[in-house]
Amino acid sequence: MNRVFRRTYSYWFLMPAAVIYFVIFLLPTVMSFFFSFTRWTLADWEFIGLDNFVMFFQEQSLRIGFQNTLIYAVVTCGLKVILGLLLGVLLTSRLRTRNYLRSVIFFPTLISTIAVGIAFSMMMHPTQGIINTALGWAGLPGLDWLGDTRVALLSIALVDVWKGVGFATVIYIAGILSIPPDYYEALQIDGGGAWHKFWNIIVPLSRPATNSVIILSFIGGLRSFDLVWAMTQGGPGFTTDVIASIIYKQYQGGFYGLATAGNVILFVIVTVLAFPLYRYLNKREVDL
Amino acid sequence: MSTIKSSEHIAGHAKSGSTPLGRRMGRLGLELLGILFTIIVFWIPFYFIIVNALKSTQESADLSLALPSTYHLWENIMTVVQARNYMLLRAFWNSSVLTIVSVLALVILCGMAGYVMQRRRDRLTPTLDLLILVGLIIPPAIVPTIWVLDGMGLFKTMPGLILVEVALNFPFCVLLYKGFMAAIPREIDEAAVIDGCGGFRLFFNIILPLLQPVSATVIVLCAVTIFNDFANPLYFLPGSANVTVQTTLYNFKSQYVTQWNLLFTNILLITIPPLLLFLFFNKRIVAGMTAGSVKG
Repeated sequence: MNRVFRRTYSYWFLMPAAVIYFVIFLLPTVMSFFFSFTRWTLADWEFIGLDNFVMFFQEQSLRIGFQNTLIYAVVTCGLKVILGLLLGVLLTSRLRTRNYLRSVIFFPTLISTIAVGIAFSMMMHPTQGIINTALGWAGLPGLDWLGDTRVALLSIALVDVWKGVGFATVIYIAGILSIPPDYYEALQIDGGGAWHKFWNIIVPLSRPATNSVIILSFIGGLRSFDLVWAMTQGGPGFTTDVIASIIYKQYQGGFYGLATAGNVILFVIVTVLAFPLYRYLNKREVDL
Repeated sequence: MSTIKSSEHIAGHAKSGSTPLGRRMGRLGLELLGILFTIIVFWIPFYFIIVNALKSTQESADLSLALPSTYHLWENIMTVVQARNYMLLRAFWNSSVLTIVSVLALVILCGMAGYVMQRRRDRLTPTLDLLILVGLIIPPAIVPTIWVLDGMGLFKTMPGLILVEVALNFPFCVLLYKGFMAAIPREIDEAAVIDGCGGFRLFFNIILPLLQPVSATVIVLCAVTIFNDFANPLYFLPGSANVTVQTTLYNFKSQYVTQWNLLFTNILLITIPPLLLFLFFNKRIVAGMTAGSVKG
């Protein structure tokens, strides 16, 4: 039977996908560690040691990428968790408009990021944009959403949340619906109110959903490129550059070694932050 | 999906036995608040794009929500389609080829891979699982990928970009297939093997048809992801002969700095395919995304 077993579930079935995955994804990932130590022109390379990395940490226009990437990931992740949880609670309650609300909130997930970025940069136009016009009606001063160096990155992060909160919400909906109804019954017998239901049942028991949302949106935030590129291209100056946009700029400039060093740094940041986070969150889940 | 539905029903009943008038009013208020929220946060941006795609160049320069005095939608569509020697049509053709071929390859290849990886548990299993997890988390190394593609003569070609899309979507799809395979009883395989089926016939004649629900999920999710992909075509398929819809939109952004109506028309046109998928497969998309994320 063992021979039959091995023939029936032959690793040949895995081969085509594995070869593509290895050649196009794993091999370049491994090679990036080597090429990040070189000055590189695809045809030719010269070993220059740690110069690329030193450059990344010394040059102000490159270093800002770290800070921005982290801020962006933390802000988008935090807002998606909070808003996703609240919307998830709202959309699992007995609202008649529930299905309508779910669809509308989810739809932006499917629109092209470039389209969303362009549309929002129009709405955030400092003098003509509808956001500032609306603020003006309310008697509030408008902001130069994408031109002011203090708020530009946060403006992009808000658009990211607008586009991605629907995804966080559907994960929370699935998580909240998988809570056994016994808990609600017990709460009713004990006479707990809506706040108790939220804080003592829904929040702790939708923990797996929270973990998924944190992991997915945090990693997504660290890797984000499209939206930043569509809205500001890293500007004004370098103030909204994230690591992914710096990689693209260095690539365009022909600094392939430097761009690859950027990739390695992003790799290290994601590994150092995401893997332990993943393990920590999974452990908390078991302790519960 | 059906199990979720039923537990939702139970949870709903457990929450409130009777509904006094005050609570009913509160719920009505909550519903109105919800609708108001979606109008301000979601419908106004959608409306903004649509109404500005209808306008003349002059009127769209205001970037306002006002209705157009005259409607120019058809004219705008024709201008956008004809721009740069029918670039948008080429882009739609390229994006369609990219999406369809990549998705077909993903369904077949990841189906086969998921089939073996779920059924066969041996020494290699932990390594394979780790490699898949790595692919879900680690960002791809861009320039080394270009170097590899260049070495194979596939850089700046459609087959090269298709390989990239297959490689990058493989981890997520194979997880979905593995998850679904676990629900197909092994007895089916055993019966087929006893009847003289080899692995190849077992997979293509028996397993693949049974995987149909998860294949549908993979098709819809990957189609949306790949059609909307911007970064990979930007890196691996540059050049004006090879445009995709997303890179075209990005190029038009700098070309139409003074003709925003045309930019919005372009946005409107490229949002139609995802909108159609959304209207027909909303449930499946949501189910697939949550299944993939909760297991992954």
